[in-house]
Amino acid sequence: MALNPIAENLFREEDDGVHLVGGRCIACDAVTFPTRETCGACQGTAIREELLPRRGTVWTWTTQSFLPKAPYIGPETDEDFTGFVVGYIDLPGACMVQARLDVPVDRAAELAAIGTEMESVAVPFTTDESGNTVHVYAFRPVSVPATA
Amino acid sequence: MTTMAIVGIGIHPFGRFELTAQQMALIAIRDALADVGVSWPDIELAVGGSLDGGQADVMVGQLGPTGIPFINVLNGCATGAASLITARNMISAGTGELGLVVGFDKHPRGAFAAADVTAWGVGRWYGEVGMFLNPQFFGLKAQRYLHEHQIPVETLAAVAEKAFANGTLNPNAWRRKPLSRVDIAGSRLINDPLRQYMICSPSEGAVALVVCRAEVAHKYSDHPIYLRAAELSSRKNGSFELFQTSLPRDLPATPSELASQKAYEAAGLAPADIDVWQLQDTESGAEIMHMAEVGLCEHGAQAELIESGATKIGGATPVNTDGGLLANGEPVGASGLRMVYEVCLQLRGDAGERQVTGAQTGLTHVYGAPGISACTILSTQAAS
Repeated sequence: MALNPIAENLFREEDDGVHLVGGRCIACDAVTFPTRETCGACQGTAIREELLPRRGTVWTWTTQSFLPKAPYIGPETDEDFTGFVVGYIDLPGACMVQARLDVPVDRAAELAAIGTEMESVAVPFTTDESGNTVHVYAFRPVSVPATA
Repeated sequence: MTTMAIVGIGIHPFGRFELTAQQMALIAIRDALADVGVSWPDIELAVGGSLDGGQADVMVGQLGPTGIPFINVLNGCATGAASLITARNMISAGTGELGLVVGFDKHPRGAFAAADVTAWGVGRWYGEVGMFLNPQFFGLKAQRYLHEHQIPVETLAAVAEKAFANGTLNPNAWRRKPLSRVDIAGSRLINDPLRQYMICSPSEGAVALVVCRAEVAHKYSDHPIYLRAAELSSRKNGSFELFQTSLPRDLPATPSELASQKAYEAAGLAPADIDVWQLQDTESGAEIMHMAEVGLCEHGAQAELIESGATKIGGATPVNTDGGLLANGEPVGASGLRMVYEVCLQLRGDAGERQVTGAQTGLTHVYGAPGISACTILSTQAAS
């Protein structure tokens, strides 16, 4: 299945799975996600695109328990919204990235606990005007099978 | 050197009202002018700001246009502090001797929302996927902080319980009913670990202050309050703030740490000198984190301090004696000046049932998007 990412230059499928695409400053080695034109640490402008490691650990997490207003474009309604989980994943040798965490909201405290090992995946999010599935990146616990 | 004193204070209560933001501001302004016994034509300079209430200088039409310099300021949660800084700098530059500072606002109900998230430095996708939400960030930050410093989740409810208890003693507060810990801990989960009654709501209100050159303060007031410091800091690279798609693994000093340290230095005072604290409590976790960031205590010491009653009125380090944002809501343009108003009342000895015995020095602290903090230090004494 071809990925239809929600935006360009965020994530990409490789042979070993989905990687986030970051940028590493050639001068000071600082890594950001997504990449940027100027390094915030040293103001360098030579930034090299880099696939970020797939695996990392949960640095923090929270639940989103109310349906976000626009510009949110998720398919849920007030009637069927059950919430979702977001967090920051600490990717060794790179940086910490903000992401959806692909665990059920009512088991977040257990499955997304700080320190849990997770890996990057692409998950179906919504459907665009042409009827195509739109994908977003997310992180999923390494030790738990897919739930979606 | 202390440049400026506050000699008149005025407020329109915080909450939800039928008035426009500017009608509330005019009430606060007239209250402040009456408090010091001057009239609008005596004012030589003015500074004010509001996020959703319109331009402050429009109000000269209602007050009577006199041709004075009136500067509009907008700096998010730090709008009030930025207005005080601007007035101080104008007075120190010789623009005038007597000035007015005003902050007012009136927001739609519900979480703050932005039509165009790219104006906040992130791609459209960030909002579309459901990450452009203030309380979500607060949940992420509180979750990490409680874990890192082993603070029990019950402490979040204790902070909110105190806020509403203090609100019952404040006739200008929005929420004036006490809430028990059980009510708070059992309220609807918003962004784990934060629940409904642990998070402030946008609201309405206005505060005005009459300020003057410090040397002439006694000409206007028998109880001037001196602005010993007013400092604002934006964030350093990699700071854990709203709308950050990535963070470095080593986080820098926070805006609140930077602003408070600069304020102590400017005032020639230390945290031990502060008798009353007004800290940004956008949510319960924020008050806990900010206690340590502004030097009230060490990181991790909060739970014990709070449970011992130290941050209540009557405790050794009273925090948010007027109920804070939790009991007053957050009219962005007025919120920081509300804290200053409360400290002035406390230092004058006019805080009634909320009075902190013998308070001589107070600190106010705001923090918000996009990673900004401002602190003021106010004292009954012009210098140490």
